[in-house]
Amino acid sequence: MKGREKKQSYGRLVWRQFRRDPAAMAGLAFVLALFALALLSPFLAGSRPIAASLGGDVVFPALSASHRAIWDQSGEGERGWSVYPPIRYGPTDIDLMANLESPSRNHLLGTDDRGRDVLARMIHGSKVSLSVGFVAVSIYCLIGIFLGALAGFYGGKVDMVISRAIEVMMCFPTFFLILALLAFLPRNIFMVMAVIGLTGWTGVARLVRGEFLKQRKLDYVTSAKAVGASNLRIIFNHILPNSLAPVLVSATFGVAGAILTESSLSFLGFGVPPPTPSWGDILSQSKQYIDFAWWLTIFPGAAIFLTVTAYNLVGEGLRDAVDPRLK
Amino acid sequence: MNLRAYLLHRLFLIIPTFLGITVITFLVIQLAPGSPAAMKVRMGEQGFVGDEATREIVEQTKALYGLDKPIWTRYGIWLKRVVTFDFGNSYKDHRPVLEKIAERLPVTLELNFISIFLVYLIAVPIGVFSAVRQGSLLDRAGTIGLFLLYSLPNFWVATLLIMFFGGGDFLDWFPVYGISSPGMESAVLLSRLGDHLWHLVLPVFCLTYGGFAALSRYQRAGMLEVIRQDYIRTARAKGLPEKVVIFKHAFRNSIIPIVTLLGYLLPGMFGGSVIIESIFSIPGMGQLGFEAVLSRDYPVVLAIATISAILTLLGLLLSDLLYVWVDPRITYEGEK
Repeated sequence: MKGREKKQSYGRLVWRQFRRDPAAMAGLAFVLALFALALLSPFLAGSRPIAASLGGDVVFPALSASHRAIWDQSGEGERGWSVYPPIRYGPTDIDLMANLESPSRNHLLGTDDRGRDVLARMIHGSKVSLSVGFVAVSIYCLIGIFLGALAGFYGGKVDMVISRAIEVMMCFPTFFLILALLAFLPRNIFMVMAVIGLTGWTGVARLVRGEFLKQRKLDYVTSAKAVGASNLRIIFNHILPNSLAPVLVSATFGVAGAILTESSLSFLGFGVPPPTPSWGDILSQSKQYIDFAWWLTIFPGAAIFLTVTAYNLVGEGLRDAVDPRLK
Repeated sequence: MNLRAYLLHRLFLIIPTFLGITVITFLVIQLAPGSPAAMKVRMGEQGFVGDEATREIVEQTKALYGLDKPIWTRYGIWLKRVVTFDFGNSYKDHRPVLEKIAERLPVTLELNFISIFLVYLIAVPIGVFSAVRQGSLLDRAGTIGLFLLYSLPNFWVATLLIMFFGGGDFLDWFPVYGISSPGMESAVLLSRLGDHLWHLVLPVFCLTYGGFAALSRYQRAGMLEVIRQDYIRTARAKGLPEKVVIFKHAFRNSIIPIVTLLGYLLPGMFGGSVIIESIFSIPGMGQLGFEAVLSRDYPVVLAIATISAILTLLGLLLSDLLYVWVDPRITYEGEK
């Protein structure tokens, strides 16, 4: 069998199936658009120009910290032309004169209790949700794949120990454990990622373990052993590539879950520390003004909901595409 | 392996898992103040509290967990405390932790039992129906609806419900605070009960909708798998009415995996309680846990984490046993 050619065609087959599912494609488009939004956020919302001429030089105050300092110190007289982002408010620009304004032409999605523009905060907040989702799930996939592969491949005592560890982690109420750990640890975005990652690996580990248990008895593994391949080589070069499809599916759902967890944490005040904007953080402010400030509740909540839905749609599409039995 | 051997085997496996749970909570204690690393962090963070207060907390923690002894002895001490359910006193009001938990547990159990009951009551018929009518307009609409419901963040739903139904600028239909109205203590039993249940409507809704969205998808998938089996075709071929085929032959077999999910629902339910109880100010375990985390009341946090982990362990065991009991085809070795 020509291994490489077969692998390529499997990927293409999955993509072909995936493309046929309009809901999944819509989800994928939404996710890609969000990544674009997060990457382009400095170009979209900020109180300083993207590019400007300053005493004959071209500076980029929105993009570089040193240029920002130069721009802030410059006088009106030195400034020439400038190109501003379409939304001329930064995510942390406080304007107490304009606090809790409902959506208007000035502030398309209204302002919060410190007069910060909600749209600007939501655009910049997308970075937190997307990066936490992505990094946390990457962490737990690595842990889960490693432990699951060891347990499934070696079986016996190794499996016994790892299976117990999985059971132990499954017993804890994950969300409460995350809260408790974050209460003990210094508050920053990396801790949020690490704690979600360290508590979430059991699902992937069980999946990979199951795949390895199935695959290790197959002929191609026996023949790899027969030609003298080392265990590590068999695990990583032979079995792992064949068991990754379900992991990919579960990771996609996992990102949706991690985004939910991160926004719940921010909602409760345990997420990314202020003044960094995040969707859950805007929502948590809405608690105090719940009687009238509907814009603080509706918009960030809808952003979380749509993002989670989009990831779940991609996950569903992938699951149907990699599982030929369902077709 | 017979049933008794299987039981013994399962019970034996509880021991290492239980030890694992205590190891994890023990490691969490190591992050608490008292351990040198965490003490530094907290000193820097809370310098304004005053050295006296900080030192007192540290001394208390040291005495409580024997922090001056080597790590193995310390673990031994912790293990002994867990086994004897001695979780010390709360930092906040110096009352025994177990007493505080016992006070808060009933409300949380009530909330979760009601919502688990509703989850099954709603999810199973929806799942069966959409599997039987697979591909119909209702099935497709239902699948999409449940999918969206499943992705709705429950704290957002809770906030929206409070905004639209809990007074403010919109409707004022439901109370959004606590589990009873003030001044209700002297009312007659029936109106007190009605008032109490009225308070539970919104929180129970928030705890329920995600669960039944997930569960009805499982039920639908399980039912679809059963319907494709040969014995269903046989039942139809010999001329049994469709009702009998669906409810007597297919339904009974499709319900098995759903029953066992019960054990897995419980830990998730408690996590949901933390958010929902603190949003609706319900004096349950979830709120107690959240308040303890906020005020860094370590004995309470650790007790809640440990106790709910042990309860979940028992729940998982129970659902495994249930599985064997409801489905005689399952052999006791069939762990894989």
